[in-house]
Amino acid sequence: MHALANPLRFQRLADAVLPWVAWPTLALTPVALYWSLVVAPADYQQGEAYRIIYVHVPAAWMATFTYVMVAVASLVGLVWRHPLAEVSARAAAPVGAVFTAIALFTGSVWGKPMWGTWWVWDARLTSVLILFFLYLGYIALHDAFEDPARGARAASILALVGAINLPIIKFSVDWWNTLHQPSSIMRLDGPAIDASMLYPLLLMILLFKLYLLTVMILRIRLHLDERKIVNLRLGTRDMAA
Amino acid sequence: MNEVNRVNGMNGMNGALALARRDIRLAFRSAGDSLLGVIFFLVSLSLFPLGVGASADVLARIGSGVIWVLALLAVLLTLDRLYESDLDDGSLELLALSGLPLEIVVVIKCAVHWLTSGLLLVLVSPLLAILMSLPADALWALPLALLLGTPTLTLVGSIGSALLLGSRQGSVLTALLVLPLYIPVLIFGVSAVDGAILGLGAKAPFLILAAMQLAALALAPFATAAGLRLAME
Repeated sequence: MHALANPLRFQRLADAVLPWVAWPTLALTPVALYWSLVVAPADYQQGEAYRIIYVHVPAAWMATFTYVMVAVASLVGLVWRHPLAEVSARAAAPVGAVFTAIALFTGSVWGKPMWGTWWVWDARLTSVLILFFLYLGYIALHDAFEDPARGARAASILALVGAINLPIIKFSVDWWNTLHQPSSIMRLDGPAIDASMLYPLLLMILLFKLYLLTVMILRIRLHLDERKIVNLRLGTRDMAA
Repeated sequence: MNEVNRVNGMNGMNGALALARRDIRLAFRSAGDSLLGVIFFLVSLSLFPLGVGASADVLARIGSGVIWVLALLAVLLTLDRLYESDLDDGSLELLALSGLPLEIVVVIKCAVHWLTSGLLLVLVSPLLAILMSLPADALWALPLALLLGTPTLTLVGSIGSALLLGSRQGSVLTALLVLPLYIPVLIFGVSAVDGAILGLGAKAPFLILAAMQLAALALAPFATAAGLRLAME
């Protein structure tokens, strides 16, 4: 961890890792899409409409996973003042917000044929909507100050406060009787889903993870470069004055 | 400022009491500010019968929800006076140096803020229940639910208000940060009142409201104090 905290060393490692995640992401996308949208059998109850699961579930997983990343990076940034931790929290937040929006949108599209309604105010949907608002609040708070360091640390505190929402999302389907179905993959007695549907779903989840890694590396690099440019500009201005 | 200096010389309980006295006195001197929240509560409530129609059964059905939403907004509107003036005139820095832990300062400021905002909402809420044609049971259930819920609103709101000190956007952004965190209080507040009105038994939501208040009291001062330290750097 400490070795990674040095932005220079991170740059070198990121350059080495990037092709190993970017190319598999590109190569796996058509495979995973074809497998899940064409090869996998239709559901006996839901017909073809169930295929939204292949986007909805990975997006929803990534939405919460990314928030965990933001919260952990925020904690590390606040406690140890690692510059890289702050940068990665900032880089992850908009990606997580987009994953959350995708999860909400696909869930809504799925809900229309299955539940007969675009939206219900049950515990799972409401808590994911709150997650989306938390992401927006984090991003807005980050940019609300003249001093970017101040914004980063204020947003980090908000990210930690908002982490209370994560267990609520996870357990909302168990604690309350909701329209949203309970978990069917992560169960003690094994997945309640047939292998012919499970494997393409797992591949999709892997694909989403690889995509997240790729985008994170690119975005962290971007923010580090941005910092460098700002510092260079400040340096030249000082010299001119 | 003089009184803040007096806090400086003391420690522990005495300092805390001096700070509470100072904040209460300040609140009394500007009593109009405290009343503004209540006035907002009343005025905006009177819009609903005009907007959705004054038939008693419609009002009774939406009444508890409307009153809770307005209570959320009324507390939200008063949040910016929690720390802003103290930061502007430097009292906050003196308090931070006074030896009193900043977390305790936060608890006291929130308590006084609640006395001058949340408590007033609790006191006028039976009147609002009558205006919204709520059944007789709401006359005790609504104030009790607000009594348990509004301290949570102040404590959670104080985090947002501390984080935004000195920002460019101010109060609009406070709403974006704080309102999502208010949603659980709204949900259980309304279900407590509705449970009592419909005779379904409201013990569970009342207990959850109390639990959220205790959790907020335990956690919010630390987050707020971290935000205040950030603002004073």
